[in-house]
Amino acid sequence: MACFLAPVTEAVIVTAVEKKMEAGTKDTVTVENSEGVVKIPLRRKLKWLTRMLWGGAFLLAFEHVWHGEVTAWFPFLTAMSNAEDTAEMLKEIGTTGVCMAALITAVWAGICRAADSIMNRKTDEETEVAKA
Amino acid sequence: MTLLITIYAAVIATVIWYRRKDDSMKLGILCFMYWGAALMWLVDAFFEYFELGAEYFTPSGQDMLNDTFLGLAAVALGLIVWVVRLLVTDPTGSVRRALKKEG
Repeated sequence: MACFLAPVTEAVIVTAVEKKMEAGTKDTVTVENSEGVVKIPLRRKLKWLTRMLWGGAFLLAFEHVWHGEVTAWFPFLTAMSNAEDTAEMLKEIGTTGVCMAALITAVWAGICRAADSIMNRKTDEETEVAKA
Repeated sequence: MTLLITIYAAVIATVIWYRRKDDSMKLGILCFMYWGAALMWLVDAFFEYFELGAEYFTPSGQDMLNDTFLGLAAVALGLIVWVVRLLVTDPTGSVRRALKKEG
């Protein structure tokens, strides 16, 4: 009905946070700290999350237009036409929509963890040098 | 079918991104868009499965055809968004060069 609104809400918040960080620093390149640990900046990671949220929500919104659940005229959502459908729509946003946003965020957290791990992985050559 | 088609599109886009020579084609956007949609449709599929049970796996021919159409249209829309963004941002300066050229 309008489950894509939950990821859209998260996308708006994350984009605002990312833009606020952008105002503070332009740095998106990976940095190596004094202990030799390579870190990917949070701003760059947030970009991945916003792209997944906005992109996914956009295609999902297209599906709702396809099914005639989103219209070009007020109130834009057909489920808003009566109280019963509105209640069902809100329930769907609270269940399916929130689960969608949660899954995307969980997968993004996994991607960030994997990316940090890949950046700090030693190549075969580096392992040989360390052994020698 | 929509979910399956989007997953295939996401995997193909990711493989092409992995094999890229440089980042000029901005394939990352396409990957994130398809994976985001695929994950969202996966949640949708779970909820539908809990509602319908085994019936979920035996859709009618018309439903399957409609879902296939929708999946292909969603993939096409994703490609349009990506190519428009590529032309507008013009990372290699190709559009600018073409516009500068006389004739």
